[in-house]
Amino acid sequence: MHYHPEELVRDLSARAQSFRIQVLDMVYNAQTGHLGGALSIAEVLTCLYFHHLRIDPARPDWPERDRLLFSKGHACAMLYTVMAHRGFFPVEELSTFRQLDSRLQGHPDPVKLPGIEVCAGPLGHGIAVGAGMALAQKMAQTKPSSFSAPSGRASPARVYTILGDGEINAGVIWEGAMTAAKYRLGNLTAILDYNGTQQTGATADVMSTEPIADKWLSFGWHVQEIHGHNVAEILNALDRADEVHARPSIIIARTTKGKGVSFMEYDHNWHGMAPNQAQYRQALAELQEELAKWQN
Amino acid sequence: MAELVSMRIAYGQALVELGKVNPDVVVLSADVSNSDHSFMFEDVFPDRFFNVGIAEQSLVDVAVGLAYSGKIPFANTFAFLFATRALEMVRTHICYGQANVKLMGAYAGLSDSFDGPTHHSITDIAIMRSLPNMTIVVPGDPVGLAKLLPQAAEWPGPVFFRLNRNEVPVLFDESYDPKIGQAITLRPGGDVTLICAGLMVSRCLDAAEVLAGEGINARVLEVHTVKPLDVDALLQAARETGAFVTVEEHSIIGGLGGAVAEAVTGAYPVPVKRLGIVDKFAETGPYFEMLDRYGMSVDDIATAARQAIAAKKG
Repeated sequence: MHYHPEELVRDLSARAQSFRIQVLDMVYNAQTGHLGGALSIAEVLTCLYFHHLRIDPARPDWPERDRLLFSKGHACAMLYTVMAHRGFFPVEELSTFRQLDSRLQGHPDPVKLPGIEVCAGPLGHGIAVGAGMALAQKMAQTKPSSFSAPSGRASPARVYTILGDGEINAGVIWEGAMTAAKYRLGNLTAILDYNGTQQTGATADVMSTEPIADKWLSFGWHVQEIHGHNVAEILNALDRADEVHARPSIIIARTTKGKGVSFMEYDHNWHGMAPNQAQYRQALAELQEELAKWQN
Repeated sequence: MAELVSMRIAYGQALVELGKVNPDVVVLSADVSNSDHSFMFEDVFPDRFFNVGIAEQSLVDVAVGLAYSGKIPFANTFAFLFATRALEMVRTHICYGQANVKLMGAYAGLSDSFDGPTHHSITDIAIMRSLPNMTIVVPGDPVGLAKLLPQAAEWPGPVFFRLNRNEVPVLFDESYDPKIGQAITLRPGGDVTLICAGLMVSRCLDAAEVLAGEGINARVLEVHTVKPLDVDALLQAARETGAFVTVEEHSIIGGLGGAVAEAVTGAYPVPVKRLGIVDKFAETGPYFEMLDRYGMSVDDIATAARQAIAAKKG
């Protein structure tokens, strides 16, 4: 595990918070999109794209890149925002979200937008598709590259897949989990956005997934549980997962759906709803207040 | 009587030959490899063969991940499972996401006859044909299979390759030269066109012989590629013969007959008699007898040809 200096943690935390504001703007301006699950995954995506992933925005099809599968595709407003600020496409393009002629489709489209690895939206694909990519990487036996991630990581390419907690209701998740364990895909890491809320209510009520860690352990996975809005914990967990070799790993990131906006937190109604003007102003004020804390 | 050869053994052999010449080809199975004979590939290339268990949705998704990483995955399970249980994966990633996966639909049509309607696949073409970007290939005999399978590997994009389980008549020799997307006139004729794919090719050739004895010259057009459809060949046949009979081991709703009818209706309407399974599930029984029972006998084809000719406008 690497030492992560406080400046790095503060920088990534501030970025994640600023991305929340961008996402709020996108969904407000488009009057369509999924805010709750976008706000909960801000820190995880920021840590991956701005520190951990070995990627090159100028070469989205670089064969030796790490793969990031955004399986909880409905929350793509955050993915697009993070990718734009990382340099995959112009930040101005975010204003085309969900409009005609845009590359920023309602759910991620790998044909239209370079840097997107796979279609997502219909839930449940991230583990099995990721297992296929991890199998291919094992067959290719990619070597450490001189082109490293901002973290300094230069290990062979890895596959990361981001799941929602409602998403793991889907049976194909567990089919893929068994395949990944069978083939000892140590190069596959899943991150579960365990925000406790899905479209129609609390996950505990809709379809309980507890005991969540035991489930994944029993499927042969290496399991970590972390605070999913704590950047230092995320960075440490990603480092630790890289050191697991003979089995796939999952990071269960305990998060808050609608994180950062008081009236959206834990409220499933904000899964796929756009704010009105008054709601937008209040949400913006709350997010900016928190951002200021990280910037000072 | 033509020699009978097992299509699934021919498939296993063709897959091994393909594996020898194309190192990017990998093979996946949902634990039916000793049924469809993809185990023959596993025997030769164990490091390029993956059994994901009885999990057809995962089968397709794992293949998608391999395809996006530069491999050419040949995914294997029963045809009806691709078309029904794993359909969302096929639609989302293979068709919309353009993942270069080849779906090997085993035991198609009624060919798994003794396992009954749960295992028959009589709606797969209709389902697959409705998906943008999908290509559908139905080889007519073991020679056609061996010639078309390597083309599926080279074909840019997804392919649904429809495979018969059983011993079928060998129709072709080495001179047979099918190309994906191009229909083949197997027998000339100007009175009616018998349009067919798969095992029905042999039955249409037999029916044409029967009709010839009555002075009827039936053209036999093999449409081994149901999508993209060779519309030019169909319209030429429509103009030159003026009557169609389509014959398929599939429901008459949405399959080859549907595709042909759609193609000629707007461009050059001719009478189209569609033979196949008439909107019902079949039953358990011997294969060839069941084909006869459910409307795909040589007599059925000859009768339909006479009716189609009679329906031509005076």
